[in-house]
Amino acid sequence: MLFLIIKRILLGFVTLFIVSIITFVGTEVLPGDACTTYLERQAFGEQLEACYRRLGLNVPAYERYVSWALNAIQGDFGYSLSGEMPIKDVLGPRIKNSLVLASAAIFIGIPIALILGIITALWRDKLPDVAISTVTIFAMTIPEFISATLLILIIAIWLEWLPGIVIVPTDVSFLELLPNIILPVVAIAMIMTAHMARMVRSSVIQVMASEYVQMAILKGVPYWKMVFKHVLPNALLPAINVVALTIAWLLGGVVVTEVVFNYPGLGRLVIESISNRDLPTVQALAIILASIYVSINLLADLLTLMLNPRLKTLQIRK
Amino acid sequence: MKVDNIYKEEKKSAFAKLSEIIITMASRPSGLIGLSILVFHIILAFISPYIAPHDFKAIDPTLMLQAPSAEYWFGTDDLGRDVFTRTILGGRTALTITFFGSLIALLWGGLLGIFCGLVGGKIDDVVMRIVDAFLSIPWILAMLLIVSLLGTSTEVLIPALGFFYGKGIVRVARAATHDVIAKDFIVSARARGHSNFSIIWNEIIPNVRDAILVEGAMRWSWMLLGFSSLSFLGFGVSPPTPDWGLMISNARGLMSFAYWAVIAPIVGLSSLIIGINLTADAFAKALGIDRSTKAPV
Repeated sequence: MLFLIIKRILLGFVTLFIVSIITFVGTEVLPGDACTTYLERQAFGEQLEACYRRLGLNVPAYERYVSWALNAIQGDFGYSLSGEMPIKDVLGPRIKNSLVLASAAIFIGIPIALILGIITALWRDKLPDVAISTVTIFAMTIPEFISATLLILIIAIWLEWLPGIVIVPTDVSFLELLPNIILPVVAIAMIMTAHMARMVRSSVIQVMASEYVQMAILKGVPYWKMVFKHVLPNALLPAINVVALTIAWLLGGVVVTEVVFNYPGLGRLVIESISNRDLPTVQALAIILASIYVSINLLADLLTLMLNPRLKTLQIRK
Repeated sequence: MKVDNIYKEEKKSAFAKLSEIIITMASRPSGLIGLSILVFHIILAFISPYIAPHDFKAIDPTLMLQAPSAEYWFGTDDLGRDVFTRTILGGRTALTITFFGSLIALLWGGLLGIFCGLVGGKIDDVVMRIVDAFLSIPWILAMLLIVSLLGTSTEVLIPALGFFYGKGIVRVARAATHDVIAKDFIVSARARGHSNFSIIWNEIIPNVRDAILVEGAMRWSWMLLGFSSLSFLGFGVSPPTPDWGLMISNARGLMSFAYWAVIAPIVGLSSLIIGINLTADAFAKALGIDRSTKAPV
């Protein structure tokens, strides 16, 4: 068991190591380096030399990778090109803002998804299921920027209930941020909830069809007791992994949502740094987003492992 | 999966099998709706240049932001261009690029997955680590970086999308291969001394084809979503090409007094994505594959 956990954690680090190589090589191999892309037409002579010296681009690539990676492990990602300030100072408030957004969406989304998923599964193919499933299909297939745009159009412009666009400085306090984040949170939570509800539904349906549930029905166990005692614990376990993947997948979608609402989080920083050709910041973002993805997955794996006694013995036998 | 069954199936013509699948798909209401939307969009993409009532790039300042009328069915946008014309033309680029993109994704993802599943061992470990690493980088970051450095031409977009959406197929194809690899007919093919290539072509592909095709259909809708997000962010097709994502992002700023310019492309794009999704779902059900527990990776 302990061996399995250590192995999973090590694998996570291997993945991150490969990600760091991919991002480094990716930004290296693509035409133009940080200096030529940043300076564009002025990329010659003294200015280019100065930029190379400033970023330390005059040493061989592998040496740069080693020093960059060593610093990155300690949380130091060097300096951004455009702002001329340490990247970790740029990232700090952005990470906080994105965390606020994501955790609000998760706290709203998971309970709703559980309830909807269970309802649709228990009333399978009846009216509640058909109605809810139709809505979830719409919510999860429509692109984030469309649902966000429609939310702004309906709630903010036509009904004038909430501000449509977030106009706050990056380092605003939590309470000032709150009324501004309602619409972005709804936009993100909607897609996430729809995905999770669908997965909870099929998981519950699978367990309901299993032999031990049939047995419980035959034994005359009361319906709701059976649902809460026999079905749900077994149905929700496999959902943990998928929920984790959904959250991690949302990292990409959050970028678009943050742009639509002008929200000062990590996602908008992705767009800003790429538009400014700020490659050091892009590298830092890639590593950070990948670490979030890897750690969410790791957490989910460990959680399933600990909650499922069957899985423990199964994997050791392998 | 029985060997004689596979051979019996092979005798049916490809056309007969296809029409059988389509009939099964259309027998469910959701499948019928999805198929009709998809077919409608494909036909529209082919005929729209001939039926468009106006020039999609004709700028006329005197016609700025006109409300829908008999002449301009969906109104006009901020440059006086006809929204109806641009909406019916708006799906062509997206459909074409993502269709070829998913073909590429299907090919390399499927073949690499089958290969890894078959050979296993060290090669498999290394490839899967790399695939995992690519999966953990948000697609949007990688796509934006490529597009901003290499440009937004079709020759860049199709391979880039094909590459980034294929890595998930590698895992599906590998898992499907693992399911068939221990079967007796593979063992007997090995015993007959067939090469790896022959085993892949004659034994594995016919058995994992369905799972990979379903995955590819699903990727198509995700890729369409990704491509329109790129256009929306200004990193996709360049103006004045009519494209839904681009149209929505342009009209968004003015939607408080010209909502029609943003609603029309929203309806176009949403209906196409929902159509492809429903079709892919029905396709999966017709082939007997349950993918409802899959995460959107």
